Amino acid sequence: MTLDAKIPEGPIQEKWDNHRFHMKLVNPANKRKHTIIVVGTGLAGASVAASLGELGYNVKNFCIQDSPRRAHSIAAQGGINAAKNYPNDGDSIWRLFYDTVKGGDYRSREANVYRLAQVSNDIIDQCVAQGIPFARDYGGLLANRSFGGAQVSRTFYARGQTGQQLLLGAYSALSRQIKAKKVEMFNRHEMLDLVVIDGKARGIVTRNLINGKIESHAADAVLLATGGYGNVYYLSTNAVNSNATAVWRAHKRGAYFANPCFVQIHPTCIPVTGDHQSKLTLMSESLRNDGRVWVPKAKGDKRHPNEIPEAERDYYLERRYPAFGNLVPRDIASRAAKQVCDEGRGVGKTGLAVYLDFADAIQRLGRKAVEEKYGNLFDMYERITDENPYEVPMRIFPAIHYTMGGLWVDYNLQSTIPGLFVLGEANFSDHGANRLGASALMQGLADGYYVAPYTVGNYIGSNKFEPVTTDHPAFKESEKTVAESIQKLLSINGKKTAHELNRELGLILWEYVGMGRNETGLKKALEEIPKLRQEFWENLKVAGSGETLNQNLEEAGRLADYLELAELMARDALNRNESCGGHFREESATPEGEARRNDEEYTYVAAWEYKGKDQVQALHKEHLTFEHVPLTQRSYK
Amino acid sequence: MSNHAEQSDMRLHLKIWRQPDADSPGKFVSFEKEKVSPDMSFLEMLDELNEGLIKAGEDPVAFDSDCREGICGMCGLVINGQAHGPRRSTTTCQLHMREFKDGDTITIEPWRAKAFPVIKDLVVDRSAFDRIIQAGGYISVNTGNAQDANAIPIPKRNADEAMDAASCIGCGACVAACPNASATLFTSAKISQFALLPQGQVERKERAIQMVSQMDFEGFGDCSNYGECEAACPKDISISHIARMKREYVKAALTTA
Repeated sequence: MTLDAKIPEGPIQEKWDNHRFHMKLVNPANKRKHTIIVVGTGLAGASVAASLGELGYNVKNFCIQDSPRRAHSIAAQGGINAAKNYPNDGDSIWRLFYDTVKGGDYRSREANVYRLAQVSNDIIDQCVAQGIPFARDYGGLLANRSFGGAQVSRTFYARGQTGQQLLLGAYSALSRQIKAKKVEMFNRHEMLDLVVIDGKARGIVTRNLINGKIESHAADAVLLATGGYGNVYYLSTNAVNSNATAVWRAHKRGAYFANPCFVQIHPTCIPVTGDHQSKLTLMSESLRNDGRVWVPKAKGDKRHPNEIPEAERDYYLERRYPAFGNLVPRDIASRAAKQVCDEGRGVGKTGLAVYLDFADAIQRLGRKAVEEKYGNLFDMYERITDENPYEVPMRIFPAIHYTMGGLWVDYNLQSTIPGLFVLGEANFSDHGANRLGASALMQGLADGYYVAPYTVGNYIGSNKFEPVTTDHPAFKESEKTVAESIQKLLSINGKKTAHELNRELGLILWEYVGMGRNETGLKKALEEIPKLRQEFWENLKVAGSGETLNQNLEEAGRLADYLELAELMARDALNRNESCGGHFREESATPEGEARRNDEEYTYVAAWEYKGKDQVQALHKEHLTFEHVPLTQRSYK
Repeated sequence: MSNHAEQSDMRLHLKIWRQPDADSPGKFVSFEKEKVSPDMSFLEMLDELNEGLIKAGEDPVAFDSDCREGICGMCGLVINGQAHGPRRSTTTCQLHMREFKDGDTITIEPWRAKAFPVIKDLVVDRSAFDRIIQAGGYISVNTGNAQDANAIPIPKRNADEAMDAASCIGCGACVAACPNASATLFTSAKISQFALLPQGQVERKERAIQMVSQMDFEGFGDCSNYGECEAACPKDISISHIARMKREYVKAALTTA
């Protein structure tokens, strides 16, 4: 199968408009004859479910939490980008497009990124109309701040809770459609399989998490908006229930998985304190607007940070990257932190941390102004670490945060299975090898409000749908497979818990498929992961039964998928013998230690096709062309 | 550097509410938990307890949590009689064991309210909150209808106060803390957010009436101004929003046919 991205003809500025004009429309009386399944209620899921409901489709929306408002988009702190150019500082759609392609280290699709920049302004308008209380200036107009990888201020924010406010906006729109009976909501339901009939996605099989019932749902299209797979590393900034099961099971039904090794490691997270740690907490990138990152110049300097004189501090980001300073993109800031820690200059008990210091900002702006901008983040830091960041510099360290990889989609956000669309972090589409800060919220809402409602409509309008019910043998077969795999998990009765095994998997990945990767390590990971997978199926212990609320069973099922996905991540990382964005192959670096891309060989999206249990996936390549943002070595110096 | 004196590992006596499902009676069950690090979060302490239970072939304690950074609102336990435990402005997931002492007895219960039935152990059904929002907690604007974002200037003070109200995470601690199990703080926060913003004016009256009616319909109690909700709220939502909601409701009731 050749990968056709279906990029529309014409100049890049006109592609999306032309494409929309040529789309098939579905008349209002026919829309209500179609059922569309949306899995996930984060920014992408809630916004698309609401928008499709408004258009008149029958939507069935699923989430694993007790309410759609809990989806992990809620935890996004810093902001959302848009090319409004309100600050008059030289921003434009073109510049946002340019920054995003460059920030992604030239491994994203130009046409998709351009469209993202184009609709970014509509998102802000929509969100304000919904009553989202963005930060404002005294004149009553919207305020902006800066984020990494940009020299303009284009980030809109609501204190340090922007994701929460945007999600509650989408949730309120969704709630309105639930009341209007256009969306039927299924809380505490987990998708465990995708049902494909005659080559088209026609439904899903779910488990009711309260009573364990396996249920089938038929539809004319299935939209996955289930987020990223960062928890494959066990410790990440993701919510503890965030998982890859929906996308992975869709992959096993024929959806190609693209660039699985592209993982974002966020530079500013609270460091690990011990083995009990269940997750890592992010400190928003917005803090780098005012915080200065440093370590002592001398190795092993154990003095209290406030006792280290200015001349003995190394503000290494400002020193190495004078043009962008503390606001270099995340991949670069993370690697730089690793380097100084590897040199023995890390701080704190473990030596695996660097300082993020607000002393200058407090002196310049006053404590009150700093409190107003970042108060909730400072409070959170204090609750977790028991240290007061107004007085002592924060200690931070990189952590797994976001996955740029995901299911392969074309320009229409359709996967390699017709009728299966993938939105938000779950797809691979817009961020290339590195996502810029405040762009995840932008992409989630762009996909959900402005892209999928059109492209899904076009799919519905251009296809004939044979009536399908959940009595179809494909549903029965799928229900049986799901029930059997649950039974299998419950019957192993070994000695290790899912927590323990997931932690072991995380350590393998962090070591070999983490911030620095090399051939020897990746080959080692490709030996270790299958061994751990075997141990999982022989030595797992799951408590309880399948007929009640059983969080331990849920966790085990998700880990079973991670153990397969992890191997593909290592394989993809091994295949890509170049450094780009968050993927740093130690063999491919400049003499100064910066990432060096290999455009001759790797200017492509690696899309992997599932070939069956314990078989190696087949690699397909979508070659990328850069007509508007010329391929250059990224520089933030 | 740290605010607390260095603490070593603790031994705790836990009394946890166990209930197999909604229809069965529940009871307190005691557990001894050793080697509790002061740096652990409260939920990480329970994770460790559950690891031990799973290995012993027993049913782990069910409790809800997701983001574990105090924003999703999914976690919530009554700890020693206090919703979200002893530390102010803090969700259960952000509560750390350094707040406790070696040898402490800790009682752990689910939210208790008629409108929040127990599903299992410490997990409750809060879908009543969703239905209150569905009754009117939105501005009726379809995707694609919006004017330019800066076409509606909003005084910073109003935007900030709306943001204070909008910070509600929908955890339900207000209900758990209230002697009447009232959902007034939750409901008022949303009514207040939209009453403060120009976008919320068109549906202002219907919203107040419909959300308050739904709240009553769900079986939450009335507000008697105890103020327990504000004290328990991890996001410091002020009871001044309740006062605004009451004004909104009375105004709407008196002026709507």
